[in-house]
Amino acid sequence: MHELSIVSGVVDSVTETLVAYPGATVKEVRLRIGALASVVEDSLQFCYGLAIEGTPLEGSVLVVKTVPVIAHCEPCGQDVEIVSLQSFRCPRCDEPVSDLRQGRELEIESIEIDEVEETA
Amino acid sequence: MTTRIVELRRGILKKNDELAAGLRERFTTAGVLVLNLVSSPGTGKTAFLERTLRELRAGGSRAAALVGDLETDNDARRLAASGAPVRQINTHGICHLEAEMVSKHLDGWELADLDFLFIENVGNLVCPSSYDLGEKIRVALLSVTEGEDKPLKYPTLFNSADAAVITKMDIAEACGFEHDAALRNIHEIRPGIRIFETSAKTGAGMAGWLEYLAEERAARKA
Repeated sequence: MHELSIVSGVVDSVTETLVAYPGATVKEVRLRIGALASVVEDSLQFCYGLAIEGTPLEGSVLVVKTVPVIAHCEPCGQDVEIVSLQSFRCPRCDEPVSDLRQGRELEIESIEIDEVEETA
Repeated sequence: MTTRIVELRRGILKKNDELAAGLRERFTTAGVLVLNLVSSPGTGKTAFLERTLRELRAGGSRAAALVGDLETDNDARRLAASGAPVRQINTHGICHLEAEMVSKHLDGWELADLDFLFIENVGNLVCPSSYDLGEKIRVALLSVTEGEDKPLKYPTLFNSADAAVITKMDIAEACGFEHDAALRNIHEIRPGIRIFETSAKTGAGMAGWLEYLAEERAARKA
């Protein structure tokens, strides 16, 4: 259950970003989470609801995009997707793969905000 | 009102990652080999580490340990009996160690005077895998009582490990431990990983583990 720590990191980071956009309201926060990041989306959503209370992110929606695991297969000479996390093998040649290129991401991709129009 | 998308592309654990990178640099400069020990509660990390510290010291190596727990300093007291410098990190409910906790507990230790520093993580097979502590080697431990399919159930942790240790081999037979299945499952999740089968009680398998530590330490120095 480290989802609360992760969500707190998101709140801090977004709050920091908002300094450059005074008066803006946050509508959406989009995350990229690797399939191997051991984060449960339901817990993340639950913790998010708690963590944004009383912060500039209050009222925003959390959107989680799952990033598949990609490994480089030496014999095939290409990057392949690992669909089952119970077997790290190339889906083409069945050789074991250990060179992971993607799948551990814990990243804030973007935020969607409503900015206040500047009045002359 | 105008709607705008602000691209961030920022790591959520950036603060931890940056601190860990700083620690890794300190460890490398000091020439100390740092290992992060991760397992479920009850796998026997402390007993394994106790034996490791004792044998390293007997062989003339300088080793220290940081030990993470939710509460109590029982483990630190047990480990300190080996004669090695040991410090307890109480996380007070946090399910994993973070780089900042490690950094804070290094104050006053001369890292260059150490050959090995072991960090015993909080017993948990999920959360510690996301937190880099600046270690060179992450060790996943699994005991013979836990079931051979544990690596399949916790692929994130086993996949991020650099070495695996099977503990309590002295009771493997009594537990009906399926040795081949366990090895196969670990390799299925982390192809090519080194696996050590050990017993802290009898000392079985410790020689191979200590040899590995010595090799890694020598490689670090070079």
